[in-house]
Amino acid sequence: MSLTKQIISGDRRALAQALTLIENDDHSSQHILTDVYRHTGCAHLIGITGIPGVGKSTLINSLAKLMRKSGDKLGLLAIDPSSQFSQGAILGDRIRMKDLLGDEGIFIRSMASRGVLGGLSSTTAAAVDLLDAAGFDRVIVETVGVGQSEVDIASNAQTSIVVLCPGLGDSIQAAKSGILEIADIIVINKSDYPEVNLTKSYLREMIDIGSAAQTSGSETQNIIDDINEKLDTDSSIWEVPIITTVATTGEGIGDLFEQLLAHYEHIKSTGEIIRRRHSRLRAIFESQLRKQLYTKLSQMLSEDYCLRQLEVIMERETDPYTAATNCIKHFETNYIGDED
Amino acid sequence: MSDNPIRILIAKPGLDGHDRGAKIIARALRDAGLEVIYTGLRQSPMMIVEAAMQEDVKAIGVSILSGAHQVLVPRIINLLHEKGLGHVPLLVGGIIPENDVDELFQLGVAGVFGPGTSTSDIVSLVQDVVSSNKNKINYSA
Repeated sequence: MSLTKQIISGDRRALAQALTLIENDDHSSQHILTDVYRHTGCAHLIGITGIPGVGKSTLINSLAKLMRKSGDKLGLLAIDPSSQFSQGAILGDRIRMKDLLGDEGIFIRSMASRGVLGGLSSTTAAAVDLLDAAGFDRVIVETVGVGQSEVDIASNAQTSIVVLCPGLGDSIQAAKSGILEIADIIVINKSDYPEVNLTKSYLREMIDIGSAAQTSGSETQNIIDDINEKLDTDSSIWEVPIITTVATTGEGIGDLFEQLLAHYEHIKSTGEIIRRRHSRLRAIFESQLRKQLYTKLSQMLSEDYCLRQLEVIMERETDPYTAATNCIKHFETNYIGDED
Repeated sequence: MSDNPIRILIAKPGLDGHDRGAKIIARALRDAGLEVIYTGLRQSPMMIVEAAMQEDVKAIGVSILSGAHQVLVPRIINLLHEKGLGHVPLLVGGIIPENDVDELFQLGVAGVFGPGTSTSDIVSLVQDVVSSNKNKINYSA
């Protein structure tokens, strides 16, 4: 039986081996992904992101237990950073997911980011497809603990959850561009800490200002009222909920699961899910194009050619910018020559 | 592709709560370029083998300071065989009395590291064990 058939039929070891091949960009990985592609598109893809130590893994541990009670099968991908110096990594998300082992309905895989800076690894999207094809109802991706601008998860997930905790900063922090912009659901974890209500009000304010800034022609005083009225009447607008949780005790996890289901229903009923699928596939397609083009380019431009260019640049006969343009011209000529 | 990072599971089986050794090993392996899946304290043999299967690791290292190695190691090895993971090398570190080492090797353990072993020895043995094991792993798609 082929590896792909084994994966579809629920062979967990085959799935684990295929994930390795894909993560290592093995020559067989494209073949596997081509085979599984027509079995994808059924799972609810959920992204969980937030700064390091905010409780993402613990939150997933609690959330997954609840999801299992409702019978959903879960595939989890947990990404942790690779060292910039040794390329090694310590992948420690499993420490917090102890309650999930030994359950046949859950499959957890840790992945190192392997030099990619957007919060995921370059093969995360492909790994998500494998889990989707393997028949998991929900696929949850936990990103690297991110800073402010690592938002790659947004193009990979249908529902993005941003996890924060109290005491992280004021309303201007909350207004900045970055991870808060991608949130479909905001979770304030560790909500047994002080100042949770302050954090919540900063975030609420940020969301209200955001909605107000998108509308025009209303009197300033009435803007917020208008928005609230609009939200009450217009069901096509998703109001980002702010949920307070204590992941270690399970407090608030029920609310989170409820909102997660509500968001999934919302994007399905409004057609937003089509747009998200579209942008996810576009991102995968474009990244494949970039990757294959780069591989092809590296193969065609010999080391000698690059060294010669460098010499000329060092001699100041040309500059790096012109040299790069010439490289591409050189590539085009050779490439077209090949095709003939 | 030989330049892919080696993925290894480092685990603490049983009830002992001393994980400084395991953390130092994990750190040394990380600094040598390995991807270390660290699962934390109080893992049962079943949890270790299940994690090794899902993570498709090329080796497993367990740290045992409780004296329970003669109970825990055979269970882990039996479970590995049951799950079709008999080819994954198991390395044992911790307080292992000299007299017990042979018994562990006979069970199929690929390496035993007592107190005082240098981390560079451990790193190079892990790399050797994994690379000599490469041909045995069947990846046919």
